[in-house]
Amino acid sequence: MHAIEFHKLTKYYGKARGIIEVDFNVEEGEIFGFIGPNGAGKSTAIRTILGLIFPTSGSADIFGRDCIKYGPEIRENIGYLPSEVFYYEKMKVIDLLKYSAGFYKKDCTKRLYELADIMELDLKRRIEDLSYGNKKKVGIVQGLLHQPKLIILDEPTSGLDPLMQQKFFDIISEENSKGSTVFFSSHILAEVQELCSRVAIIKEGKIIKLEDIKTLRQDNYKKIVVKGDNLDSSAYRIEGVSEMTGDTRTLNFFYRGDINKLSRIISSQKIEDILIQEPTLEEIFMHYYK
Amino acid sequence: MNIFIYEMKTYQNSIIIWSLSISALMLLFMAIYPTFAEDAALMESILSNFPEEFARAFGMGGNLSLTSVPGYFKFIFIYIQLAISIQSSNYGFHFLSVDERELTADFIMSKPVSRRKLVISKFSAAFSGLIITNTITTAAGLISIELFRNGNSYDAGNILVLMSSTFFFQLFFLSAGMLVSVSVKKIRSVLAYSMGLAFGMYIISALKEALGMKALGYISPFYHFEPGYMIEFGKYNMERASISFAFIIVSIVVSWNLYMKRDIHSL
Repeated sequence: MHAIEFHKLTKYYGKARGIIEVDFNVEEGEIFGFIGPNGAGKSTAIRTILGLIFPTSGSADIFGRDCIKYGPEIRENIGYLPSEVFYYEKMKVIDLLKYSAGFYKKDCTKRLYELADIMELDLKRRIEDLSYGNKKKVGIVQGLLHQPKLIILDEPTSGLDPLMQQKFFDIISEENSKGSTVFFSSHILAEVQELCSRVAIIKEGKIIKLEDIKTLRQDNYKKIVVKGDNLDSSAYRIEGVSEMTGDTRTLNFFYRGDINKLSRIISSQKIEDILIQEPTLEEIFMHYYK
Repeated sequence: MNIFIYEMKTYQNSIIIWSLSISALMLLFMAIYPTFAEDAALMESILSNFPEEFARAFGMGGNLSLTSVPGYFKFIFIYIQLAISIQSSNYGFHFLSVDERELTADFIMSKPVSRRKLVISKFSAAFSGLIITNTITTAAGLISIELFRNGNSYDAGNILVLMSSTFFFQLFFLSAGMLVSVSVKKIRSVLAYSMGLAFGMYIISALKEALGMKALGYISPFYHFEPGYMIEFGKYNMERASISFAFIIVSIVVSWNLYMKRDIHSL
């Protein structure tokens, strides 16, 4: 059984595009990255599977059940952390978390305190007195206290300092190792790279690529830096070279293709140094968004 | 139950303040009554000098003398209704729109709660708040009449019929507010809407009285539940009240259907 199945899920807000025929599966037990720039439709897809908005056409199943029809039952097993967190300002943190825990059938008290402890959350303060980062921590605790089978994260790390981010990732990895599926939407690629096993890339409402994070990173692209005294960039204008920048002393470019062809060109010139790197996801990403 | 309890807590202060204010208003109004009643003849002659349209618009017209207990109570009850209509519309415009306005909808709606349950809990909480207010103010009304009636007689049954109408009167504004709040994209300021609705309806009814335009009155619950009729005859004017009943049912049904399909937007 898949944790999430999108079936040609489409959402228009009136005439405005939300997502168009999104169609892929998230396997049970994996950490799945969902990446794209702001406005690509990441939140739209997430809000649909949570039943906050309704599809224009198509559908989505969570653990094999339609996300609209069985919304309340499905949400019993979902933990959701939105990108912007808003809670009842007048409430104390502990009251909000208890309120949140009260919606689930099982007793969540123990896990509530555990998580609050890990996140170093002050339970006695009022929500309105919390900084943005602290509100975010409340969000993390309320989203995970019922040990959900599916964790949905919508750009979760904004507002968290690096230390807290690491703690957060540790918790997520831990939940994942206990069997939870994680659906992780982000535009920060480094964090996706760190955690996820597979990714879907969304652009202007459409899924443009669905891939293993390893394949995506390889994808035969190499990032190449050549240094020398008098480099001739025109010699490198062969098929597969892109994003050429630099001058006669340094050349930066990406190459995808037969590496022998490139090595022949390089060896035909006098160079001082050469650097061949794996491109970061960020750089691959830029490529898809050109 | 979880949501209902939370909602009731958020209404707590509001219920206390409204109940006390309305009760105080009634007490204050009734405290002036003895002065009215003592010099009945003089009062009558002053009132008869008012232009009839003016007197009617301010609830001083009709068959009942302002110097009698029912006549006086009818007169003040319009202002009680005005206060009640503001409170009821406040709750009506508020209870389904607040989570979207304050962006807490993402929190509550990603919990394992159906929209049905959410609406029912929130509606029940708002309406319970109104019923509590109603109960307290009814008691305060009866007490203030007893305190200041100055030996004049009145029919307690008729007063109770009048007071009981508040229940529907509140429902009218609650459901109207709810209907508007799920029909528009976002309610930015509840107060602007509720004041508009409450005073708007009051003015329509006052205009109807002043101008004698009966058709105009049918729009307004201030006319449907006009105190004079109920206090004089001890029953609702069903011809008018049923318009309110129908409106309440229609707005609840329509709001329900709209909310079940409503998209909840984030920022």
